Amino acid sequence: MLPVAYYVGLSAILFIIGVVGVLTRRNAIIIFMSIELMLNSANLAFVAFARVHEAISGQIFVFFVMAVAAAEVAVGLALIVAIFHTKHSINVDNISSLKG
Amino acid sequence: MFLSEAVSGGPQFFYLAPWIVFFPVIGLLINIIFGSRFNEKVIGAIASTASGLAFVVAVLLGVSLIGHPEGEIVPLVDWITIGLLQGRWAFQVDTLSVTMMLTVTGVGTLIHIYSIGYMHDDVRHNGDPGRYRRFFVFLNLFIAMMMILVGSDNYLMLFVGWEGVGLCSFLLIGFWYDKGKDGIGNAIAAKKAFITNRIGDFGFLLAAFIMFWAFRSFNFQEVFAKAPEVAAIAPGAILAMTLFMLLGVTGKSAQLPLYVWLPDAMAGPTPVSALIHAATMVTAGVYLVARSAEIYILVPQAQMWVALVGGITALFAATIALAQFDIKKVLAYSTISQLGFMVAAVGMGAFVAGMFHLVTHAFFKALLFLSAGSVIQGIERGHHHVEHDPKLRKLIKGQAHDFDPQDMRNMGGLRRQMKITFIVYMIGTLALAGIPPLAGFWSKDEILAEAKLLNPSVYWLLTIAAFLTAFYMGRQILMVFFGKARSAPAEHAQESPLVVTIPLMILAALSLLGGALNLPWFHTFTHWLEHTLTFVHAGEFNLAVAGLSTGLAIVAIILAWLIYSRRYEALKDLPTAKRPDDPMRSYLGPVFSLLENKYYVDEIYQALILKPYSALARFLAQVVDWQFWHDWFHDTVIAGGFRLFTRLLAVRIDLGFIDAIGNYLGAITRGLASRMSLLQTGYVRTYALSILVGVVLMLGYLLLR
Repeated sequence: MLPVAYYVGLSAILFIIGVVGVLTRRNAIIIFMSIELMLNSANLAFVAFARVHEAISGQIFVFFVMAVAAAEVAVGLALIVAIFHTKHSINVDNISSLKG
Repeated sequence: MFLSEAVSGGPQFFYLAPWIVFFPVIGLLINIIFGSRFNEKVIGAIASTASGLAFVVAVLLGVSLIGHPEGEIVPLVDWITIGLLQGRWAFQVDTLSVTMMLTVTGVGTLIHIYSIGYMHDDVRHNGDPGRYRRFFVFLNLFIAMMMILVGSDNYLMLFVGWEGVGLCSFLLIGFWYDKGKDGIGNAIAAKKAFITNRIGDFGFLLAAFIMFWAFRSFNFQEVFAKAPEVAAIAPGAILAMTLFMLLGVTGKSAQLPLYVWLPDAMAGPTPVSALIHAATMVTAGVYLVARSAEIYILVPQAQMWVALVGGITALFAATIALAQFDIKKVLAYSTISQLGFMVAAVGMGAFVAGMFHLVTHAFFKALLFLSAGSVIQGIERGHHHVEHDPKLRKLIKGQAHDFDPQDMRNMGGLRRQMKITFIVYMIGTLALAGIPPLAGFWSKDEILAEAKLLNPSVYWLLTIAAFLTAFYMGRQILMVFFGKARSAPAEHAQESPLVVTIPLMILAALSLLGGALNLPWFHTFTHWLEHTLTFVHAGEFNLAVAGLSTGLAIVAIILAWLIYSRRYEALKDLPTAKRPDDPMRSYLGPVFSLLENKYYVDEIYQALILKPYSALARFLAQVVDWQFWHDWFHDTVIAGGFRLFTRLLAVRIDLGFIDAIGNYLGAITRGLASRMSLLQTGYVRTYALSILVGVVLMLGYLLLR
């Protein structure tokens, strides 16, 4: 069996990829996908640690995260559609009405 | 014992004493509340009945006193109780007060009846019949107040009556307040009477204060009981008290130097002049001194002053009366002069003589005034008759409106048109002149006889005054009733109705027989008053004094006849321009003018007192009150200071501090917000990055700490 450090390392790499994706990309859908990546990296860490500690709660939490992520996607995609309707774009740099 | 006392004592009605005030008050209340529904006769009847019932009460009290001459005090109700100060409403029924009650209500009732007829014409002549009711309300109020004055058992209640009659006097002098000179002459006369009386009342008040300080009481009995003791300890206080009381007397009883209001008071309707300004109210001062006899007797100095004031006033006023042309003014000065007789009498200790003269004077002076009223209305009726007769109207052309029905120069020969009035006037005149056996002779002679013994200098003043009295009354009666009519209205004068003349006849009978009250051989009145006044002594009949005064009176009347009948006729031959309006003017010249103008006393008062006083008042009003207090103190100091203070508060404290806190807070917040808003780029990335940085920092801190 692979040591847990591998899983955590993979999880960290995936998380950083997600962060960089959120920070660098302009397309809202890709930002969403990056957020999903971060969530799933967290899920991977949960599952890995649950295995190590032989505790079921980590695995249950993953299901929660998935459910929340699914809900988030549903809301998020609806927002993106609505934004696209008004702005005809899903470039997040164009959505800056809250600029102070 | 009780039975024998009850039998010998006779009936007792002392408990009725308060009703002597209640009856007139009830009368005036009925007239005030329901009077608007009654006609004139009912109003007059109610008022006269109220006054008449008061007279009945007075008679019952008098009857009770025959059996119980010591009298009784009838307490009614407590009034003021503050520490030692005990004021109560209580009636002192004794021979002195009942004498006053009988005189006032008796003469008052006759005058009420007379007024029913007189005011009927008067309100029409003056063009306001609505005031008929008011007149009777005032008359009843006067009777009530006078009863409070004379019925009181203490100086406090007496003062209430004293002020009350002053108020009634004011109301009735100003009864035709919209008439007179320039439409306010009567109002000014009323004001003058009131203010002059206020000066006297001020004296009374000071006397009352001293009394309370020295005696700790206002009650007659207590004060008199303590008087000898206090007089020994504090003679100065007693002297000051009696002299201040004398000031009160000079105000109310029209003595020098405060007599000036009484002649002007003739502006009131004639019944008022008769009742208030001749027969009753003005004698209140005499009553006060007689009532305070036990105090005055202890202070010879004050007695001397009272006698001197009375004596000088008697002579002084008599000389002025010589040269007056207004029929009522002559009587007014005569009243002042006769009041001088009374004040002199009570001043020198002849209390009974003074009170006796008070009573007889009330009879004949009321008679004279009421007859004068009858004369005036007779002339007015004549004037009315002439005015409405097309043939006669041209006789009064040019003087239709300024005709003075009171000017004796417009009269003459009235004895033919007004027979009853003439006869009663004649009786009044002879009584006043002191011709025996009329009432005035006995009372005046008693004063003179007492004066001869007690104060010879005052005796001579009074004797000369008595001589002048006979002279001016002779002059008046000759000018009014004898000779030929000097104006068309006088020629067509008409006699007054019975309701007017019957009271005159009753008063004439009293003036004829009033002397019987105290004939020198019986001293009925002296013995009557003896029960109240301890210091009376029966005045002896002095033949020399009586002979001299009677002789002088007859000489004066003959002199008046020579001048005003014989000489008047002789003057008729002169052309109108050269003919003097009074034969005395050609004899006396400037002296007559001096007398006619009343020694210019009014003018002197005007210059010496009123002018400086109004200048002072104006100074106080304009400089002290307006310029100093209003302009400087209020406007500059208070308002200016307040404005300065509020400006300080508003600008420095409120704007500069309180508001500044709010403003700076707002400015700081806004500045901070405008800087902070730069952080809000609106780019999701930036927020994400800041979250990342924050998380990294937090994790770094947690890991590295």
